[in-house]
Amino acid sequence: MTLRLKPVDAVIIGFGWSGALLAEALSSAGLSVVALERGRWRDTAENFPPSRAPDELRYAVRHDLVVKPAENTITFRNSVAQMALPIRAWGSFLPASGAGGGGVHWNGQTWRFRPSDFTLKSDTIARYGKRFLPPDLSIEDWGVTYDQLEPYYDRFEYICGISGKSGNLRGRIEAGGNPFEGPRAREYPTPPMTMPYAPTLFAEASRELGYHPFPQPSANLSQAYTNPLGVTLGACTYCGFCERFGCGNYAKASPQTTLMPVLRRRKNFSLRTECTALAIDHEGGKARGVTYTDASGEVFFQPAEIVLCCAYTFENIRLLLLSGIGAPYDPQTGRGVVGRNYAYQTTSSVALGFDGKLLNPFIGAGALGTVVDDWNGDHYDHGPLGFIGGAYLAALATNGRPILNHPVPPGVPRWGASWKRAVAKSYLRTTRLLAQGSSLSHRGAYCDLDPNYRDRFGRPLLRLTFDFHPNDLKMSHFVTGKLAAIARAMRPDWMTIANREAPYSVVPYQSTHNVGGAAMGADRGSSVVNPYLQSWDLANLFVIGASAFPQNPGYNPTGTVAALALHASDAITQRYLRAPGPLA
Amino acid sequence: MKRREWLASVAAIAFTGCAAPAPPSPLRFFTPEEAATITAIADRLIPTDDLGPGAGEAGAATFIDRELAGPYGTSRDLYMRPPFLPGLPGQGPQSPATPAARYRAGLAALDAHCRAAFAGRGFADLAPPLQDRMLADLEGGRILRNDGGRAFFDLVLRDTIDGFFADPAYGGNRGMAGWRLIGFPGARYDYRDFVARHGEVYPEPPVALA
Repeated sequence: MTLRLKPVDAVIIGFGWSGALLAEALSSAGLSVVALERGRWRDTAENFPPSRAPDELRYAVRHDLVVKPAENTITFRNSVAQMALPIRAWGSFLPASGAGGGGVHWNGQTWRFRPSDFTLKSDTIARYGKRFLPPDLSIEDWGVTYDQLEPYYDRFEYICGISGKSGNLRGRIEAGGNPFEGPRAREYPTPPMTMPYAPTLFAEASRELGYHPFPQPSANLSQAYTNPLGVTLGACTYCGFCERFGCGNYAKASPQTTLMPVLRRRKNFSLRTECTALAIDHEGGKARGVTYTDASGEVFFQPAEIVLCCAYTFENIRLLLLSGIGAPYDPQTGRGVVGRNYAYQTTSSVALGFDGKLLNPFIGAGALGTVVDDWNGDHYDHGPLGFIGGAYLAALATNGRPILNHPVPPGVPRWGASWKRAVAKSYLRTTRLLAQGSSLSHRGAYCDLDPNYRDRFGRPLLRLTFDFHPNDLKMSHFVTGKLAAIARAMRPDWMTIANREAPYSVVPYQSTHNVGGAAMGADRGSSVVNPYLQSWDLANLFVIGASAFPQNPGYNPTGTVAALALHASDAITQRYLRAPGPLA
Repeated sequence: MKRREWLASVAAIAFTGCAAPAPPSPLRFFTPEEAATITAIADRLIPTDDLGPGAGEAGAATFIDRELAGPYGTSRDLYMRPPFLPGLPGQGPQSPATPAARYRAGLAALDAHCRAAFAGRGFADLAPPLQDRMLADLEGGRILRNDGGRAFFDLVLRDTIDGFFADPAYGGNRGMAGWRLIGFPGARYDYRDFVARHGEVYPEPPVALA
C-alpha cells in the first residue's frame, strides 16, 4: 500500500553535492523542496568529530561511509561476450551513501575542465581530421561551453572557499598557477596550502624538465573562510585522514560545512534520510513524483512539480531504466541513449623511495600537492602519437596512512623479518606520483539492467560492461613515461612504475570517477539530457551528476559536477519556473 | 623539566605500559587452540625482533577474533545473494564462504596437515624455521592447494597487517607497536606546525583513539 504524500514543488533524489546545491538554490527561490537520501543522517559533531574521525580501519578499510553492497551494488563484465557477476565487495570505486554523499569523504581535488574538453569531438576533428578518431568511439561535444560554465565554477569555488592559485586571470597568464586552465574571472577564494616535502621535490624536478608545476586546487582550506551564505569553514590541519573520511575540523568543503547549516534553517526544505527512491513516476510526458521506501519498509509516493535525480552515476542510470524513461542503449545496433557513454578514469602511478630523505607521508590532506598539466588534454600535438587525451601528473600528499600504504622496495618478501625491516625503513621515505588520465566513451562501454541479479527490493541490479579502450591505454603508457621521467629527476634510490593495463578489474581501487550513462548534449539522438541537464523526454525531470558527462577528461569531476548543477539551477529558477517546458 | 626530558619520560611510560602483561581478552570466535595457531602464524608473518614486538605479541589473535565475530566475519555488509558462479579475477571474489568460515576451515586444514607431516604436532608446536617453511609452502600453493591454501594465506596476511597498523582500540596494535615500528604518529590530527619542516624527524610520540 503506497501512501500518497502532500505535493511539493520539487523532490530531489540523493543528497550529495548535486542534491544539496539544487536544494539550496530552489529553496532560496521560494520553492518547497524535499530531498530523499538513501543513507543515514550525518554531521560533523555527531558522526566524525576529531576523537572518532582518524580511524583507518573503520573508514578506509571497512568503508563506513560507503553504500553497503548488501544494500546496493552493480554487476560487471569486460565485454558483451561475458556473463556479468555482482561486485560483492567494493574495490575499484566506492559509491557513497548518507547525507552529504561523496561530498563528505572526497579528497577535495577541485578542478575546472579546460575549454576544449567541452568541444572534444569537434576540436579533435578540426585539428587532426575525422579519420584520426577510432570508429568505435562515442565521444561527443557537451552542448555547453567553458565560458557558459565559468560563473558556476566560480560560484562553487566561492561556496567552498577553494585554496589555489590562478593560472589564467581573465586571459592573463599568471606565474605559479596552471597556465593551461581556461580564463577565470577572479582569484581563488583562499591561497594555496603549505606544501610538504614530496610535492616540493616533485615541483622542483618538473620545473627542471621545463614543465609548469602549480598547487593542486583544494577543498581542504589553507585558512578559515566564510562563504557567501555566511557559513564559516576552519583551516585544514594536514591530519592525513581525508579521502574516505569525514573531516572533524570543518576544514573540508562538503554539503555539511558549506550548505547544510543554511538549509536546516529553511522551513521550505526538508531532508528525509534512509529513504530509497524506487522509481520516478510519470505519465503523458511529465514526471509526477517519486515512489520511495523508508527504513521501516513502508512505501510512499511524493508528488512534485519538478523531479531532480541527483543520485550517484550508477543509480541515476538505473532509476531511468527502472522507470522506463528514455530509450535504453543497445550496443549491437548503437541505438538508444540511456546507459550509453559510460567512461571512467585511466590512472597509473609511480612509487619512489629515498634512503636519505624523510618524507613524513602521515602529513597529508585530500588535495594537498603539486601538479603539472603539460601532458593533459590537447596541450601537445597528438598527431604523431596516434591517440587523444592525456593526464595531469601529480605528487599528492594524501592517503599516507599505514594500513593501506606501507610500501617496500621491489624484491622484498611480503612477510617475515626482512619485510619488517624494510617497512620500518621505507614508510617515512616513500611517496607515490599519480597520472590522472582521461577516459573516452566507446561503443562497448555501457550500463543496462542485469538479467540475473537483483537488489534487496527485488529490482534488477545495474550491469556495467567496460574495458579500457586501446586509445586510453596508449595514452596512459605515454603519460606514465612522462611521470617516470619526473620521478627519475627527483633522484630516488628506487622506483616502481605501475602502468595501467587491460583488462579492467573491479578489484584494486582506482577512482570513484564513474561518469556518463545519462549524457548531456545538444542533440537528443545522442544524449539523455539537454545542456541544462533536463530530460529530453520529461521536461520537469532533471538528471544531475557526473552521469551527464559524455566522456571523462583527465581531471577529478566534482568541480564540473557542481558547475553543471548550478548552471541547471539557474536555468530552472530563472527560465523554467516562468515557462515550464523544454529549455532547449 | 626540559622538553627533551619530558619526551623521554613519555616514551618510558609508553614502553612500560607496553611491557606489562596484557589482560587475557575473552575470545568471541576462535577456540583457544585456533587463537594459539593464529598467534603463532602472526609471530612468523611479523616476528618479534630487535625492532620491537611482532604481530602475535601485539594482539593479532585478539584483532582477528573480534573482526570475525563482527560484520566482517559474517560478510554482513557484502552482496551475498546467489547465484555464486566462478568468474574472472577482474570480477572480484564470488565465493559464498565468509571470512569466519574460511578461518575455521583454513586453520583446521593447516593443523591437520602439520599433524600428519610432523608426528602429531600442530602448527603452533612446530619450531619457528619449520613454521616459516609451512607458511612459505602455503603462500606458494605447495600445500593445501585444493583447500584454497594460498587464498587463506593471503587472507591471514592481510588481516594480520590490518590489525598491526589499525588503531590499538581494535586489539592488534597493542602498545602502538605497529605505529612505533614505522614512525606513524597515529591520531595526532594536527601537523600545521610541521608541514613545512621538510625532512625533519617528527618528535612527538604516537597517540591512539582510545
